[in-house]
Amino acid sequence: MLHKPDCSAMAHLPNTEPLRVADRLFHSRLFVGTGKFSSNELMRDALRACGTELVTVALKRADLSGRNDPFADILNFLEPDRYLVLPNTAGAMNAEEAVRLARLAVAAGLPNWVKLEIHPDPNYLLPDPIETLKAAEVLVKEGFVVLPYINADPVLARRLQDVGVATVMPLGSPIGSNRGLECRAQIEIIIEQAQVPVVVDAGIGLPSHASAALELGADAVLVNTAIAIAADPIAAGQAFAAAVQAGRVARELGMGVTSQRAVATSPLTSFLS
Amino acid sequence: MPTFSQIHPTLDLAGLGKRARHASDADVRRILARGRASTLEDFAVLISPAAGAHLESLCRLSQAATRRFFGRTIRMFAPIYLSNECVNICRYCGFSRNNPIPRITLTVQQVEREVRLLAGRGFRSLLIVAGEHPKFVSNGYVEEVIRRLLPVMPSLALELGPLETQDYIPMVAAGAEGLVVYQETYDRQTYAELHVAGPKKHYGWRMDTPERAYAAGFRRLGIGALYGLHEWRYEALSVAAHAQHLLRACWKAQVNISLPRMRPAAGGFAPKFHMTDRELVQAVAAYRLLLPHAGLVLSTREPPALRDGLVPLGITTMSAGSSTEPGGYSNHFDETTWTPNSEQPGEQFHIADERPPQEIAAMIRRQGYEPVWKDFDQALVSRPEPAAPVASPAS
Repeated sequence: MLHKPDCSAMAHLPNTEPLRVADRLFHSRLFVGTGKFSSNELMRDALRACGTELVTVALKRADLSGRNDPFADILNFLEPDRYLVLPNTAGAMNAEEAVRLARLAVAAGLPNWVKLEIHPDPNYLLPDPIETLKAAEVLVKEGFVVLPYINADPVLARRLQDVGVATVMPLGSPIGSNRGLECRAQIEIIIEQAQVPVVVDAGIGLPSHASAALELGADAVLVNTAIAIAADPIAAGQAFAAAVQAGRVARELGMGVTSQRAVATSPLTSFLS
Repeated sequence: MPTFSQIHPTLDLAGLGKRARHASDADVRRILARGRASTLEDFAVLISPAAGAHLESLCRLSQAATRRFFGRTIRMFAPIYLSNECVNICRYCGFSRNNPIPRITLTVQQVEREVRLLAGRGFRSLLIVAGEHPKFVSNGYVEEVIRRLLPVMPSLALELGPLETQDYIPMVAAGAEGLVVYQETYDRQTYAELHVAGPKKHYGWRMDTPERAYAAGFRRLGIGALYGLHEWRYEALSVAAHAQHLLRACWKAQVNISLPRMRPAAGGFAPKFHMTDRELVQAVAAYRLLLPHAGLVLSTREPPALRDGLVPLGITTMSAGSSTEPGGYSNHFDETTWTPNSEQPGEQFHIADERPPQEIAAMIRRQGYEPVWKDFDQALVSRPEPAAPVASPAS
């Protein structure tokens, strides 16, 4: 089991069920990306402070040669006893490139988990559904634990689950947009139909977005930009951790069932019992 | 789909230019309130003198937009010049064939030596530059250089004379991922006056180079105008329109815009037009607000204080400690301090910021940004597994 988080941000919140992904248990449902930070040191400190147990790293930023390249040393700042370090394939334009990167990551000593990020459009970084499905099929067969980043497409989510992915990761809104759950309606369908954990990834710009995702029934969220570029990434990470936990508490309590009509707090038919 | 050389003449650049010169304060405030530019007309307003009075607000919006997409990071690269042989006569360029500079073409081994030095300084991304000469820059020379450099330098972009798609294909196959070509000036008449001999005379052919390169598989396309050759607002509008076209026509490519201003070079060309420092900053912010996902590249042509000031305002990529002479790093740089210790008579132009890469990196960090050296991996362009590297970076 990974190091239990010691996150003061969640100290006053009730415990909730841990999240199982493949053979791992996670007590924090906040996953964090490591791009865009102003320094590796600040990134390290923000990750520690928010209590996350899973961090993603772009393989294109890392030294995969084994030569301990000091100019590509981001992995040195990600403590493997504290986090599951999940490599992502950002930069890959197609399945073949993503598969090559994933294999290289394992050869370099990283876990055989991979976040598939295949976005041939470098402007909106929207994921390619066809190449993602192809890559997932290959990598699952090779024994990888595959976590694919996708548009909020319920059919694609089902097809990926059919090939054996460990989670599905639909975007809330495009990477870096900070616009929250623009794809809310589609995400709800994915959650309803999911047989694996659903992690809302991309576009989470505010703690309230993260809470909303958990309240909706998502199993976790992945946040990068909003923490990395905040004026105080440490405080921002803690805020997101609290929001995620609060959202999960609400979900487990069954709160927030909505109704179009008023519902009296005193039942009208209590006289019958 | 028409190419940009077919589209450019149809743009109402006269009307846009008028808007760029005469936009009102109210026009500017409307766009600032929205927080972005959606059209070329909006862009024209943002490069107007009226918008210049709102430079602080423009820069705040540009900073925020850049941080959302690119983070607080600056990507580092170095140019490496393979050859200054050139068949063109271009009035403003140090490599113009009628300039009596020492002509140098590096052997592949000499290129490797240059790259070992650059790798020791931290660079993992290079821009490979060469003059245009069918004898010296041909016959697989560039492909061989790419293959030899790739294990040490995973990100390789090229700045060469324009070629056909079929000539670019082997370069992409060898592992190059970016192609840079500046139109220099988008004004046809000025272009004809400045490019008097050689294949560079072909204005439309040059303008369509990014599209031919994309067809060959390049992932990154760099464009720009050389400010000083013609009126800067005309050039900026043309570059903006070119970038918008490439975003549609070359949807899988990252589009980068460079903002080179004329520098002293052999031949003594005196530019007729002047872009001030404030106007350069304004152009950076305007490009950012129109093109939130475009890379904006700042070279060592610019002086230190201006480069420092631009780091947090919208720039995403910088070179550092550059030489524009083939073999310059090996022959004219002090290896310890990484500063030029002798003249470089074969240089394309004289740079303004001679600070070594580590000093630039420290400056970037002081501003709360991270210098990123590696942002690409050989595995993305190599198949099968890469060969043993020819040089190891110094630790």
